[in-house]
Amino acid sequence: KKNVSSGFWPNFTHIILIRIWPAVAVGNVGQLAVDLVVSTLNMSRVGYFHTDCLIPMAGNNPYASCKDDTEELHTPAEVYTAAELKLAVLQIRAPILQTRSKRFRQQLVSWIKASGFSRTVVLSSSHAYQRDDQQLTPLRYLITPSLLTTSADALKELSWREMERMPAFPGVKDADAEPRLCIPGGGITKGLYTDSCAEDLPLAVLLLFCSEGDNIPDAFALVNHLNDWLHLLDGQVTLKYHFSCESAEFKRDMQVFKLYLYIFIYFFPDFSYQSQEPNRKWKVPSSWSLLFGSGIPPALF
Amino acid sequence: PRVEQQSSSQSLPFIPLLFPRAVHLHWSPDVTELLRSGNKLQCSSFILAVGHNAASFLSAYVLASANWDAAGRALAWNERSRSGAGRSGEESACVFYRHKDEPSVLICNVTCHIAEDQLFEWTEKVFDCLQSRELAVTVLSDRSVADYKTPDYLCSSSAPFLRSLHSSAFADRPVCPSLEQPNIITGLPAAVLNHCQVHRIAAVVYQCYSDVAGPDSVTVESYKPVLNKLGRSIQVNSPPSTDVLRKFLRSAEIQSNLYI
Repeated sequence: KKNVSSGFWPNFTHIILIRIWPAVAVGNVGQLAVDLVVSTLNMSRVGYFHTDCLIPMAGNNPYASCKDDTEELHTPAEVYTAAELKLAVLQIRAPILQTRSKRFRQQLVSWIKASGFSRTVVLSSSHAYQRDDQQLTPLRYLITPSLLTTSADALKELSWREMERMPAFPGVKDADAEPRLCIPGGGITKGLYTDSCAEDLPLAVLLLFCSEGDNIPDAFALVNHLNDWLHLLDGQVTLKYHFSCESAEFKRDMQVFKLYLYIFIYFFPDFSYQSQEPNRKWKVPSSWSLLFGSGIPPALF
Repeated sequence: PRVEQQSSSQSLPFIPLLFPRAVHLHWSPDVTELLRSGNKLQCSSFILAVGHNAASFLSAYVLASANWDAAGRALAWNERSRSGAGRSGEESACVFYRHKDEPSVLICNVTCHIAEDQLFEWTEKVFDCLQSRELAVTVLSDRSVADYKTPDYLCSSSAPFLRSLHSSAFADRPVCPSLEQPNIITGLPAAVLNHCQVHRIAAVVYQCYSDVAGPDSVTVESYKPVLNKLGRSIQVNSPPSTDVLRKFLRSAEIQSNLYI
């Protein structure tokens, strides 16, 4: 049962996120990345994805910027839009009930079809500890045949790597077993991708290999890669160092440090947060506070 | 509770076996008759208590006045249900009460665990029976203070305390501060609030964060500020005596004497 109007967004790009499994307290990379998109672009909520497939939760406005809009109730799955960018975003905040993941995928696919989005991008992640030797760079993409026809050039320019197919039985030389798509920890990502291929939907998956923990840097990395393709902002995230020290020696040391940093970034571009030109930053929402629990009791010391 | 339970089962006997986790509503005969004729329960105020302390509060301060009829019960079997004689013979822990003089006021005490996959169904089935125009929903919910996140460490003297969360259609002022970021609510209060938000029903959840795990009189009394908002039609009892409170706060964990 959905309470979101359909057939209403032709020419819109639709971004949705997928959670990594299992649910983690710090949140998931796709979810965090979508938080950054919604928060930075100041997107407005236009509907609820009211479904029995998600664990219920509720809270006040996670993107509140001033006192007036703090007390606004938000539900587990909501749709936000930025009309000027022809962008719609589905944010999913709660785990999918294990016995209902197929049904949830079907609901998503039918909603995407009914809404008529020109393309759909799924933000996801996969366990970093279950990679093959060829998968040591973090970013991967998947694309359905119908979206490949329009986006092939852009992807070639971005030099992204397509998610590799893995042998079914690693190490066993079995001619019969075909390599297959495997996204451990990706939740419904693989199912959603294969369903979209079957339904001929223009859908792409952007995923990052990561581990559980503080996934904020992963979220920034994923959203920057997304921005490279969709140009949601003017540029990328800058990692700025503000030096207030006046000492000449300190400034010289910092310049040497910066030189080494640039060399490091040159050889390891996937770790780069460097920007090319002045730009807007991604805005971190207020709901990201206290990701690791409450303040520390002073009696501990 | 002093009121007698009258109920009749609407469902066929073998359905619980086919779908053991399905939620079943059993209403009293007059309510069953009303629903069967295609009407919905006229309801202006629905008050839901989730948890032992919330339910004890309503039982001691509101239901003890004997102006209430048992209107029905909800059964939701799951792996945490304690059944004596099997699923159908279990004492129901979701009981509905209707005010005798003001039948549009409905109270429900929920003291059992409703599993994550049953929450949506419970909410939809109950609200399907209620007419939603001019409906106001109030939910009282128990929670451990360990789930409350705050930048300044809370010392134990600040608990128990109330926090509120309300739907966009709720126009009144809550009796306590709003739940701060990044805290959220889960479980049945969240399912009810989501339903009300999507269907534009005025609803407010009062969550009580307590440092005591089980039934506790101090936690029960912390819900008192809500009494003024429960509707003019509900006559609130003068503060119940200790004996009355003690009756409702019998410990559920007699065998656990780890912390005496």
